[in-house]
Amino acid sequence: MNIAVLAKQVPDLVEGLEIDPSGKALDVNYLRYILSESDDHALEQALLLKEKVGGRVEVFALNQGEARESLVAAIAKGADRAVLVDAGLDSPLNNHAAAQIFAGLLGGGLFDLILTGVRAIDDLDGSLGGLVAGSLDLPYAALIRKAEADGDGKTVIVQKEYPGGYAVELVVRLPAVLGIQAAEQPPRYVPISRLRQVMKTATVEEVSVAPPSQQPLDVTCLFKPEEGAGAVMISGGAQEAARQIMSLLSERRLLR
Amino acid sequence: MRNDILVFAEHFRGTLNDITYELLGKGRELAQSLDSRLLVSLLGHEVGGLVERLGVADQVCLVDRPELKEFASDSTKAVLEAILADVQPRLVLLGSTSIGLELLGLISARKGIPCLDNCTRLESRDGKLVATCQIYGGKVFVEVALPEATTLVAVVPGSFPKEPGEVASKPELRNIALPPVLPEARTTFRKLLEPPSGDVDITKAPILVGVGRGIQNADNMSLAEELAAALSGVVCASRPVIDQGWLPLTRQVGKSGMTVKPKLYLALGISGAPEHLEGMKQSELIVAVNTDPNAPIFSVAHYGAVVDALELLPLLTEEVSNQVTKKASA
Repeated sequence: MNIAVLAKQVPDLVEGLEIDPSGKALDVNYLRYILSESDDHALEQALLLKEKVGGRVEVFALNQGEARESLVAAIAKGADRAVLVDAGLDSPLNNHAAAQIFAGLLGGGLFDLILTGVRAIDDLDGSLGGLVAGSLDLPYAALIRKAEADGDGKTVIVQKEYPGGYAVELVVRLPAVLGIQAAEQPPRYVPISRLRQVMKTATVEEVSVAPPSQQPLDVTCLFKPEEGAGAVMISGGAQEAARQIMSLLSERRLLR
Repeated sequence: MRNDILVFAEHFRGTLNDITYELLGKGRELAQSLDSRLLVSLLGHEVGGLVERLGVADQVCLVDRPELKEFASDSTKAVLEAILADVQPRLVLLGSTSIGLELLGLISARKGIPCLDNCTRLESRDGKLVATCQIYGGKVFVEVALPEATTLVAVVPGSFPKEPGEVASKPELRNIALPPVLPEARTTFRKLLEPPSGDVDITKAPILVGVGRGIQNADNMSLAEELAAALSGVVCASRPVIDQGWLPLTRQVGKSGMTVKPKLYLALGISGAPEHLEGMKQSELIVAVNTDPNAPIFSVAHYGAVVDALELLPLLTEEVSNQVTKKASA
């Protein structure tokens, strides 16, 4: 089974996010990028499928943030090919533009499956998987937590999550796009020593593509939630917080 | 092109989902301010009985066919596209849900219709529609002026009250011309998987100790278990903790997990991404502890403290245990 994984870079939320002077975008000077968490699960699910039924896993990332490092890590985990896609743009692309690029690269029946994280934290204009599927007119299933190859090689059987802990089992005809919520097991860990070794030998292919015709949304402003809005904030350290929370619970008769 | 608003109704096991009423209530408000009509699409098989629950809408586009018995994006998309062509609404409201997420991207890309996801506010300002979306784990709001042309907007469940959308009366049915045969579904339903059983039901627990990414590793889970034991409560978690395998799926709060309304929800090291908040913000008392003063969890919490949850946990367990012992011996 030939599987493409779309790996997206997103801002690391551990760092503070600043809004730039225009008020309409994040200040990129303060951003540190990491691989989108659910894309990491998509890669894991792809590797698990390959281990079970054979085939190839190829990972594609737009040239942004730490994309090259993420691609090297993907090779270290077992991906067969890593492709850095450069559209010659400085500013991040919206998902419609990114989908246009990936649809151009991945169409034509090259892949049985295209896997991507079901959501990224910066999804404003829909999630990438659905847009790629729509552009290529492929079937799409989102919020997938398990994917198994069926015996005939023409379908996969997936579990799609619904609210309230429900899920449904679906049969998806290939080629298809899946939006992965969680792989069957947590993403594998790559020891630093292995990563260093791969860094020396691995090849990350580079592909240049024409800049897509972006139709930007009319963003009027960005703003942050008000600090502690609505909540009564307890000041002091952890000890003081513990004392105050305890007396609060005691007052409200929440202690047995 | 009219100013009409179309809501995509979601239902599960014969009942309309709350998100449908939430969207209908908001849709009614917007239609009023735009002096337009509110329509709702209802797709499924043997779902005619739900029409009378959609009384807040002016018209219902009911499509009842055996192929639509279980949701499959191919057939639903084909029907919804036919409805869009007929109604030509200015705004299409969907839930940012398991179903809405599939339809949003597919239809947007195929039909070249602009779309927005993660919307939590929606208003009309002088005839212009403005949507606010919460992204970056809820840490940034983005305000977007919607184009005049048809736009798809997926709304986070729990963003609008559902009561304004719950009007029981029989609305007018609108006939939609459909192709006689729907395209063959490339994704087909096989079976429904019930929620895993055999664990405590977190929706029934009066006291919940919720943990998030701030718990850092599996070993620290015992700290949360100890606090829960002292409080006679139950530990639950946000998605990242579940995906790491530190707690079973039965303990997940939020999108595709459980919606809980306990007497006390202690949110420890949970930043409060919208998909978590939708599952717990109706708790009676929310106490949040997070190192980030800007964490969106504080916007729904009643009390908050900017401290490290790992530092607080043993201290709070001790305070609570001492107090409980004192009470017992009193």
